[in-house]
Amino acid sequence: MAFLSYLINGLSLGSVYAIIALGYTMVYGIAKMLNFAHGDIMMVGAYVAFFALTSFGIPVIPSVLLSMLATTVLGVVIERLAYKPLRHATSLSVLITAIGVSYFLQNGAQLLWSSSTKVFPAIISNGSVKLFGGELQISYLTLVTIVVCIAVMVCLTLFINKTKTGMAMRACSEDKGAATLMGINVNMIISITFAIGSGIAAIAAVLLCATYPTLSPTLGSMPGIKAFTAAVFGGIGSIPGAFLGGLMLGVIEILAKAYVSTQLSDAIVFAVLIIVLLIKPTGLLGRKLSEKV
Amino acid sequence: MKFEKLLKGGLAALMAVSMAACSGGNSGTTETTTTTDGGETTTETTAGAGAFKLGGSGPLSGGAAVYGNAVKNAAELAVAEINAKGGAIQFELNMQDDEHDAEKAVNAYNALKDWGMQVSLCTVTSAPGAAVAPLYQEDQTFAITPSGSSLAVIFADADNQTGEYGNVFQMCFTDPNQGVASADYLSAHKDLGTKVAVIYKNDDNYSTGIYNKFVSEAKEKGLEIVYAGTFAGEDNDFNVQLTKAKEEGAEILFLPIYYQPASTILKQANDMDYKPVVFGVDGMDGILSMEGFDTSLAEGVYLLTPFSADASDDLTKNFVKNYQDKYGEIPNQFAADAYDAVYAIAQALEAAGCTNDMSNADICSALCKQFTSMTFNGLTGTDVTWNPKGEVSKAPKAVIIENGVYVGVED
Amino acid sequence: MKTENNFFKKLFAKNYRSRTISFLIIIVGYIAVEALMMSGNLSSMFQSLLVPVTCYIVAAIGLNLNVGVSGELNLGQAGFMCIGAFSGVCVSGALAPFISNGIVRLLLAIIVGAALAALFGMIIGIPVLKLQGDYLAIVTLAFGEIIKSLINNMYIGFDSEGFQFSFVENKLHLGPGGKALISGPMGATGTERISTFMIGVLLILAALFIVYNLMYSRSGRAIMACRDNRIAAESVGIHVANTKMLAFVVSASLAGAAGALYGLNYSTLVPSKFGFNLSILILVYVVLGGLGNMTGTIISTIVLVLLPELLRGLADYRMIIYAVILIITMILTNNDTFKGWIAKLKNSLSFKKQPKEAEAHE
Repeated sequence: MAFLSYLINGLSLGSVYAIIALGYTMVYGIAKMLNFAHGDIMMVGAYVAFFALTSFGIPVIPSVLLSMLATTVLGVVIERLAYKPLRHATSLSVLITAIGVSYFLQNGAQLLWSSSTKVFPAIISNGSVKLFGGELQISYLTLVTIVVCIAVMVCLTLFINKTKTGMAMRACSEDKGAATLMGINVNMIISITFAIGSGIAAIAAVLLCATYPTLSPTLGSMPGIKAFTAAVFGGIGSIPGAFLGGLMLGVIEILAKAYVSTQLSDAIVFAVLIIVLLIKPTGLLGRKLSEKV
Repeated sequence: MKFEKLLKGGLAALMAVSMAACSGGNSGTTETTTTTDGGETTTETTAGAGAFKLGGSGPLSGGAAVYGNAVKNAAELAVAEINAKGGAIQFELNMQDDEHDAEKAVNAYNALKDWGMQVSLCTVTSAPGAAVAPLYQEDQTFAITPSGSSLAVIFADADNQTGEYGNVFQMCFTDPNQGVASADYLSAHKDLGTKVAVIYKNDDNYSTGIYNKFVSEAKEKGLEIVYAGTFAGEDNDFNVQLTKAKEEGAEILFLPIYYQPASTILKQANDMDYKPVVFGVDGMDGILSMEGFDTSLAEGVYLLTPFSADASDDLTKNFVKNYQDKYGEIPNQFAADAYDAVYAIAQALEAAGCTNDMSNADICSALCKQFTSMTFNGLTGTDVTWNPKGEVSKAPKAVIIENGVYVGVED
Repeated sequence: MKTENNFFKKLFAKNYRSRTISFLIIIVGYIAVEALMMSGNLSSMFQSLLVPVTCYIVAAIGLNLNVGVSGELNLGQAGFMCIGAFSGVCVSGALAPFISNGIVRLLLAIIVGAALAALFGMIIGIPVLKLQGDYLAIVTLAFGEIIKSLINNMYIGFDSEGFQFSFVENKLHLGPGGKALISGPMGATGTERISTFMIGVLLILAALFIVYNLMYSRSGRAIMACRDNRIAAESVGIHVANTKMLAFVVSASLAGAAGALYGLNYSTLVPSKFGFNLSILILVYVVLGGLGNMTGTIISTIVLVLLPELLRGLADYRMIIYAVILIITMILTNNDTFKGWIAKLKNSLSFKKQPKEAEAHE
């Protein structure tokens, strides 16, 4: 029974990783850049939701929407100011700029909201579903987290596959030059991608903070790295891949903690990642790129 | 080729900027720092010519910034009060950022040395403190750390507790002391339970130091440690550790950690319907004043702390009120220790009759003599004394959280 | 007389000019710093930065060989520094009773640190170099984190009976006079500080010597061929895996040497220092200095290590300004107008000096 409860914990943690990873993977798929500031955009989302909920007493759903709006705007602004001038630069220059943005957001948050830790209020009633005569407890929060994650994934997949904008996004990720020739405004599509990715980050922020309620300016850095790992794990650029990668990473982390050692769980997560990449060099669901001669 | 050129160009520009900054910083080192200082501590009454230069470093940015800023704020407050009284002892304060990193702490130390630091608050956290303590010894500058509680801050060889620096003192307890005190308390109150689970932060000197001592003491005192779980860095998932503790039937959950992760642990334990007696140490203080924290989660939590912001004595009341007015936050024990450290230095300087034209070494030897012989009354204890190794002796008080406030526990 | 002339000509010939300039910068810089120190004009803060700057330069030169010359994004350089630092601290600590001369112990520590890091580089390189692009980057990141995590759980002690070792839990039972060299997450404490600026400078010179000789050799050209076109390189008979491995291992060993120098410069050292953030920091030095450009790496490392320290006067705004400078620099160096501006400036300068070469550039 303990195993099942660990598994569910892992799925819940993995769901949060998966939502953050979706943002990473979308941006990578279309703009071909590693947005290392993604975790910090999420952090800003968490603070916005916090102040909406506590200082302004706005109910949960509007608070989440407000926070999504804030991160969406932030994502687009960052893209326009910092990344757009580097559209034709090497991917490394963009990477370093993203790191600069990450430093900027973290230190800006500290100046604005002080370094002292804040506690995120409970947003979901504190109860649980009891199974097997109460031996297995699943809190509502865990259920909500997993359901929201699946919902986000499904919506995103539908959006990418069924809408015109989604089609344009796929075209950009395939070949930007050809997309431009077909009359697609590539800059617009990249901005939309950043907007969606950042908006989703706010959902991740609220779920993360609901489960682990401490807020600090460095909140986004560790989940950011884990989500990046998850995105690569599943095959970067692939939406179902990010979802699968996130869930697996969460489960492996929790099971490693439970059955091997709490000290070595990170090492085990990364070791599994290495093994997977050696067997499937482009991640679980990544596409194999053909080499051009 | 073109790419290389433009990179070089960019670098040239950057160099030009930094050169300008460099020459500015170099030519007028003293000038810049004074303005900085003025900027940082605006409310500070302009100290007269006879002010002592009081330095110190702590994490003012990054993940540990909350501790550094608490110390900086409280030290500013103490300095402003002392200067306003206009006594013989006046201070000019300069707190530098060390990002909780040994390398940056050494840089900060040297920046302070260039500024002309005469007395120091050492560092806020332990690992940087261990890096700069030998430098303080070499240069014979007196230092007292408000909160660097590891033995490595005061001993060159912390394992064998030998090779004390002699001029580096601590305002807070050393970690092992807290481990002993916690084990003593729990063994004297076996009605709370005897099966103990511990969750500690194993990349933290403070937490590991308390844990190690607690384990060896607990065994001798009839307490059974049924589970010991660790976490590191900014981990915030404790479900595994809590599930294990619950499975092992732990009645007491000992948390020798700081209040931020402790607040998450309390919430997650509550979520899984696990309600052990929670026992914390001084790092737990501050949990009630966290913005947004549901204090009912902390109901019935025991902690050993030298300071509580809810104490009713005048000194604490005034301090909490002034601190809150100035910084909009309730001070935690880091702030209290920093406040006490500044007052202890002031008391010692005054008793020794030091003046600011004395050399650092003279001030240092005078202060060492004072600190090992004087008793000090402050926020974090009364009749506080220090031994020649630099360790403090004060009594931790056990308190329990009832209805969202600390209540003293009678022994 | 004629041969001497030729020698200088060769030093400043187009192919070798950057090498000569790199060496000159380091030597002139060293002399200038020593002169300032002798005359008492160097503030304590700058003096404390000297050794770490040399460490970062060496690690960055190594990383530039990997990222710039060999073209593989490595996000785990800090892991190799970690190996070097802790093995260096162990070597120095264990030899302290036998060798009193600090310089000898430091050199031994650097050699052991470099060798161990090279060994791990080779072990890690086998799986890593099978991958490409971002996947390779994430695996180096993963290895860096694993190394940090393992050292975080390692306990090494030394007493009259010899070395003691334990993992995850501290089970060291040291006899009287024994010393714990590494105590898990608390790292090494009470280390004797034996690193000197002079050794640091010598290490940079050695690193430059190794890297430039490699770059100008047959293997170096093979490395660059693999970077520019893997398939073409393979088709002319270059063994791609071995060639890339060479660059990876040399890069790792330089990081190890830098780590040993770094570890012995502070009395305390924690494994968490060598995380992802440090790897990124070194990568920033390399990218800002220019890929494959060692002179640029040296300059950008010096500037970026000094920058946060020089900004100390700005107190709370220090790190945010550092971030802004980083972003603006990256944007400017990739801006066409700015590029044209710099190119014009450079052209007009070089036109006066060497009109022929400027034409050749066009």
